[in-house]
Amino acid sequence: MKKRFLIAFMLLGLLICSRQRCFAQATSSSELIKNARFYDGQLVVYEGEVIGDLMRRADGVWVNLNDGPGAIGVWMSSFLARKINYAGNYKTRGDRLEVAGIFHRACLEHGGDLDIHAQGINVIAAGREVSEKLNLDKRNLAVILLGIIILLWISTLLRRK
Amino acid sequence: MILQPLPKDIKIIGFYLGKIILGIAITMALPILCGLAFGEVNPAVDFIIAIEISFIAGLFLMITCRTDEDLNWMQGMIVVSLSWLVVMALGAIPLYLSGHWKSFLDACFDTMSGLATTGLTLAQDIDHLSYTHNFWRHLIMFIGGQGIVIIALSFFVKGFSGAFRMYVGEARDERILPNVIHTSRFIWSVSITYLILGALALGLTGMASGMKPVNAFFHGACVFMAAFDTGGFAPQSQNILYYHSFVYEAITVVIMILGALNFKLHFHIWQGRRKEIFKNIETVTLLFTILVTFAVCALGLAQSGAYRGALMFFRKGFYQLISGHTGTGFQTIYAGQFLTDWNNLALSGVILAMALGGAVCSTTGAIKMLRLGIIFKAFKEDLKRIIMPERALVVEKFHHIKEVFLDDKLSRSALMITLAYIILYLCGALIGMFYGYPFLSALFESTSAAANVGLSCGITAAGMPAGLKVTYIAQMWSGRLEFMSVFTILGFLAAFIKGKK
Repeated sequence: MKKRFLIAFMLLGLLICSRQRCFAQATSSSELIKNARFYDGQLVVYEGEVIGDLMRRADGVWVNLNDGPGAIGVWMSSFLARKINYAGNYKTRGDRLEVAGIFHRACLEHGGDLDIHAQGINVIAAGREVSEKLNLDKRNLAVILLGIIILLWISTLLRRK
Repeated sequence: MILQPLPKDIKIIGFYLGKIILGIAITMALPILCGLAFGEVNPAVDFIIAIEISFIAGLFLMITCRTDEDLNWMQGMIVVSLSWLVVMALGAIPLYLSGHWKSFLDACFDTMSGLATTGLTLAQDIDHLSYTHNFWRHLIMFIGGQGIVIIALSFFVKGFSGAFRMYVGEARDERILPNVIHTSRFIWSVSITYLILGALALGLTGMASGMKPVNAFFHGACVFMAAFDTGGFAPQSQNILYYHSFVYEAITVVIMILGALNFKLHFHIWQGRRKEIFKNIETVTLLFTILVTFAVCALGLAQSGAYRGALMFFRKGFYQLISGHTGTGFQTIYAGQFLTDWNNLALSGVILAMALGGAVCSTTGAIKMLRLGIIFKAFKEDLKRIIMPERALVVEKFHHIKEVFLDDKLSRSALMITLAYIILYLCGALIGMFYGYPFLSALFESTSAAANVGLSCGITAAGMPAGLKVTYIAQMWSGRLEFMSVFTILGFLAAFIKGKK
């Protein structure tokens, strides 16, 4: 009985801890762009994969987050950006972040960009390197096509003779 | 009486088409080098397959249609219009194989969009696209901007009189130098010099903005190709908004304007005759139309209250306008924001700018400044005729490299092409409305496609109807070739079906 209580207590503790690390329900990029006037100046939660470069500037870092339908630029402090290890590209899946911050339809500080100024971030899934294996079907097709070119070449030579 | 084309015509067309296909196949080696440099195996194989298919098609045509005869006007025009369609299909192969395009039609759409320097895209998840495929997307804009045939003329044709017929068929009726092959080489040398300078400027700015050096210079080269060729593709899904940099945007504005100027004007500037910029009818008209369309756009934006302050007006209002006017299609706002943040007046300003375009003998599409200037002069001449005494001799002239007297033939030709463009814009808008889109959105997207601009208000997406994709492909194709080659191929098909032997 004691053991069961202990397990239940531990599970409850884990649940509370994990809830503390999550923000409210995330809003999608398409929803934010479509209803930008409504969300302007509000605290929003946005979730997406870090893509491209982390662009470090004098007073902060630009991180572009892609949630599938689109990507939005997130402006954050260098301190927050330290949590990011992977940025997505062809060979990498970027860290998946959950960002809580103030949404701007046309940011006064950044020349009218539609952006989010992050107040807090959570890494909800770590990124990874993607290993690339040669696609054998494509390789076989390339070999067959090469054979056809050689045949065409030989037929031209025979024609000339 | 219409005569059916002879087998000899088809043979000549096939032979030269084969030559152009081989030329394009060779350019596909560049992305392979890029793939090898970045260690991307499967993307490199995609291009090997595409090269092989292109070689097979090109060699087959050259073997079966072997001829020593030169092209006549009709054949030259048909070779040009067909080569754009064939190169679209061949260039779409590596894109489709990458898995980032939902269908082969979508890949064809993007290839035509790149070749015609439009910039509308149906690509999925560009942010994970390989360097190899991204390089190809931008290279096809560079190839299409200079002209597919120009590649063949520059590198694979040692000199034949049919060269000029193909050159004209690609909507370049001005020769910078007496010899058309020298003209093509000059266009390439201008473009490559600017490429080096532009990529360097953008690369250094990218680095200063916090990008990794490799990415900064790769993006710099790609964005330069898209800006100078007034294309509009960008390596990331957010287009130019990705960089969040005012300096980056300002440099692209300069490159876009350079791309919208006549290559003949570039030649004169290179020769030290800088006064030509201030006297030329095209640059004067361009300045005037930019001011007028921006005034309309700014009024609309002020009404809607979308942006506050001069910097915002420049980065969001003026940037989209100049991008539309030069036919580039770079965006620093999301497509949907045109409909949510901009009112109808501001949208109309951008549509008008897109419809007008840049200079002739540049990489822009649309009606173009020379034609607009000529129409304006023709109106002025007619007004003078009404006002002045009947006996007065009314002569109107304009400055385009040299002093040119306005005659009826020039005015008629300018009006005809302008009318053809307006019909093309409206037809696309009608088809868009048929598929259920509102008039202004449909007109915006149709004008963007037909004028080879690439700005989007959100209609262009992988989920749009296939009929609309085909419509936009046809608009991009006919808009880029300025109708003549397209009309010739339609006439050729009609003669093939209805003509007498």
